[in-house]
Amino acid sequence: MASSQTFTRNIAESGTRAAARSNTSAGATTRSASFKVWRGSGSTGQLETYSTSVSEGMVVLDAIHQIQAESASDLAVRWNCKAGKCGSCSAEINGSPRLMCMTRLSELDLSKPVTVEPMRAFPLLRDLVTDVSSNFRAKKRIRKFSPRPPDAPDGTWRMQQSDADRVQEFRKCIECFLCQDVCHVLRDHHLHEQFVGPRLLVHVAQLEMHPLDSLDRTTDLKESHGIGYCNITKCCTKVCPEHITITDNAIIPLKERVVDRHYDPLGKLVRLIRGNKNGTSDRKASSGVGE
Amino acid sequence: MPEYQTHEHDVLVIGAGGAGLRAAIEAAHAGASVGLICKSLLGKAHTVMAEGGVAAALANVDDRDNWRVHFADTMRGGQYLNNWRMAELHAKEAPDRVRELEAWGAVFDRTPDGRILQRNFGGHKYPRLAHVGDRTGLEMIRTLQDHAVYQPIDVHMECTIVSLLKDGNRVAGALGYDRERGRFKLFAAKAVVLATGGIGRAFSVTSNSWEYTGDGHALAYNAGAALQDMEFVQFHPTGMVWPPSVRGILVTEGVRGEGGILVNREGRRFMFDDIPENYRNQTADNEEEGWRYTQGDKNARRPPELLTRDHVARAIMKEVREGRGSPHGGVFLDISWIKSKLSNGEEHIRKKLPSMYHQFKQLADIDITKEPMEVGPTTHYVMGGVRVDGDTQMSTVPGLFAAGEVGAGLHGANRLGGNSLSDLLVFGKRAGQYAAEFAGRQSSPRMDQQQVDAIARAAIEPFDRGKSGENPYQVEHDLQTMMQDLVGIVRKEGEIRRALDSLKVLRNRAGKVSVTGNREYNPGWHTALDLQNLLTVSEIVARAALERKESRGGHFRDDFPEKDPSYGKFNIVIRKGSTGEMQVTHEPIPDMRPDLKQIVEENK
Repeated sequence: MASSQTFTRNIAESGTRAAARSNTSAGATTRSASFKVWRGSGSTGQLETYSTSVSEGMVVLDAIHQIQAESASDLAVRWNCKAGKCGSCSAEINGSPRLMCMTRLSELDLSKPVTVEPMRAFPLLRDLVTDVSSNFRAKKRIRKFSPRPPDAPDGTWRMQQSDADRVQEFRKCIECFLCQDVCHVLRDHHLHEQFVGPRLLVHVAQLEMHPLDSLDRTTDLKESHGIGYCNITKCCTKVCPEHITITDNAIIPLKERVVDRHYDPLGKLVRLIRGNKNGTSDRKASSGVGE
Repeated sequence: MPEYQTHEHDVLVIGAGGAGLRAAIEAAHAGASVGLICKSLLGKAHTVMAEGGVAAALANVDDRDNWRVHFADTMRGGQYLNNWRMAELHAKEAPDRVRELEAWGAVFDRTPDGRILQRNFGGHKYPRLAHVGDRTGLEMIRTLQDHAVYQPIDVHMECTIVSLLKDGNRVAGALGYDRERGRFKLFAAKAVVLATGGIGRAFSVTSNSWEYTGDGHALAYNAGAALQDMEFVQFHPTGMVWPPSVRGILVTEGVRGEGGILVNREGRRFMFDDIPENYRNQTADNEEEGWRYTQGDKNARRPPELLTRDHVARAIMKEVREGRGSPHGGVFLDISWIKSKLSNGEEHIRKKLPSMYHQFKQLADIDITKEPMEVGPTTHYVMGGVRVDGDTQMSTVPGLFAAGEVGAGLHGANRLGGNSLSDLLVFGKRAGQYAAEFAGRQSSPRMDQQQVDAIARAAIEPFDRGKSGENPYQVEHDLQTMMQDLVGIVRKEGEIRRALDSLKVLRNRAGKVSVTGNREYNPGWHTALDLQNLLTVSEIVARAALERKESRGGHFRDDFPEKDPSYGKFNIVIRKGSTGEMQVTHEPIPDMRPDLKQIVEENK
């Protein structure tokens, strides 16, 4: 059978490619590399240098764990899934905000020490661990999901995949808070109480564009979430490990809603006549499909 | 004298994954004051890693599905060691629990007519798993988290419990420490719900995070509760095998659900070679039929890649052991071949399996739309756990409840994919509800201060041993390697006995671990404490594995490779004896209710 022969050949080829990636099944040629890791708590601390052996395929978190096991048993690091899904191991690696578990050593220049520091926009607890509790408090300030009445008599809703897709982009967020870390409003100006930051604006966006949600958070965005502080530098979008288009797809549409609501007299008039919370350009309506 | 921060709750929920969050929400809804303990930050628990979906007989994709078929599938998958009452409640209530998540904001993938979409998965007769691409767990935990934070629940983040406390026979609370400062926290509670997940860190190749050290299993055992089915550890057939540092990370069964096939280095699709008798009628006998099944043809039977996990894992091991494996000791899992069937194949793969696409691209330099993945078995889940009442989830200790992976009964000898997310919801809710009800009938418990002080002093002992003691990471590593080698996917008596001997040595070493630094966010200290739980659960697993002299579900004995019907009549139960020794007993499985028996027969 021609197709199965082709397939056998493909497998044989990828087998050769896989084998070429390393010489042994244990996987690895090793070499030594050095790491400058932030040690300290509160406002005091310094970079300390450690060297450890590294092998093919290793990520920064592996190196940190090895250092912990070999020479710094109390080195504080937060991690969970080690697969880029939980968003716990955020840090600044050679100055760039990254997940340690998804940063492979092969993409870094190991001829110089690799610098690993905690996220600088948050208060330091210890070593690589920061106090990110402000993000959890900020979420509570956002009004919760409130669905419209069910569409069907059995208490369920109907929505199209295309409507689901729009918010699923925002719901991919793993709450690693790297976007909060690079946002200059938070990092340089420390306006955590006035501005909820990009992560929470993504959260508001998924609520506002949620096919079933019935609340209007436009005034909250302006009055208490501080959306006006964002001046669209897009730093947040660049660091998002989930590739969420934070600025263009979440923040700018929310800003437009605020402008339409609070600064557009014509829109106000239309809303007054139609009794529609989002005026004529409502992106949320019209997703239901009848029974 | 140690100092304590004290808290008092009607219901204390230990663990904040899916089961813990669902229990906390329910207990708060019932009017109880609730404390919720997270070992990590809120929303980071292991539920986040679940990929494929949540099983519920919604019948949105195939209207032949209903709770009876789901019940029969679950019992067949568990090889009839399941607590049938739990399997019944689970199958009946899962659809409501899923719809409830939608009412709380979850956005599942949709059918063309706008309902919740469902996909195929191993052991499920019909497409049954509600899902969001391959990140269903994230969707679930975030939905529960975002719902829970608006309820009157006190959340204690980054807090680890070291012991339960008792007042006579009943549970009275728990003692733990916060990671940030290392301070002890004393919780008084009228009822405690364990929702701590599993034990995967007892093995070296695992899909589980550092948190999965069997805390709840050990806490319950030490508090006198009975554990059951602990010999049944699920090795998921498809974990990553290369590069070495990512070995064990999960590759979702959804890859096979979407048409992915398993092949050995010769290019042979080996899963067709051995199809178990009790699944033969439901399994495709040619490749074309298998493909049609994955594309929703209701007249086609499932491909053999979608047989139960225990079977697929062993089939992969066989290929590897007989020299037909891939270069890094696994086999090939190929989804890229579907391009020959679908014109938009690459886009389809990226849309249906986005996390897998990124995971392989980023961690292994492999584009799964173009070449096959290398996969092999990884420790994934423990079917065994705290023995509970099927309706209320209360353990044999009054006031102590268990839900989710730490509980036992629903899955019997082997869990079907997708049944754990539904387990979390169904029994998380029940545990929360009955814990609140129990708490409502109780007076405040008395705390034994001497007992509390003794536990706290023991917890900080590793600091007093200077620098000369054992390295906790090393002892943990040695334990994991030993368990993987001797009590892993293929077991035999001699090896299990060696494991028990090694455990004595390791326990001795664990008693000598020392840690440096202070108590603030000190992972060396945390590892030293988690190690105690790992040792306890490892011994329980080994003793149960020794006792079951047959092969069934997740438990495979090389020296007893066949299933023995006489072992199908009881569960192996382990509890702490009066002098501290492990007691192993056989507890008969109650006769199945006639109406349920009939359902099983009708679905054979």
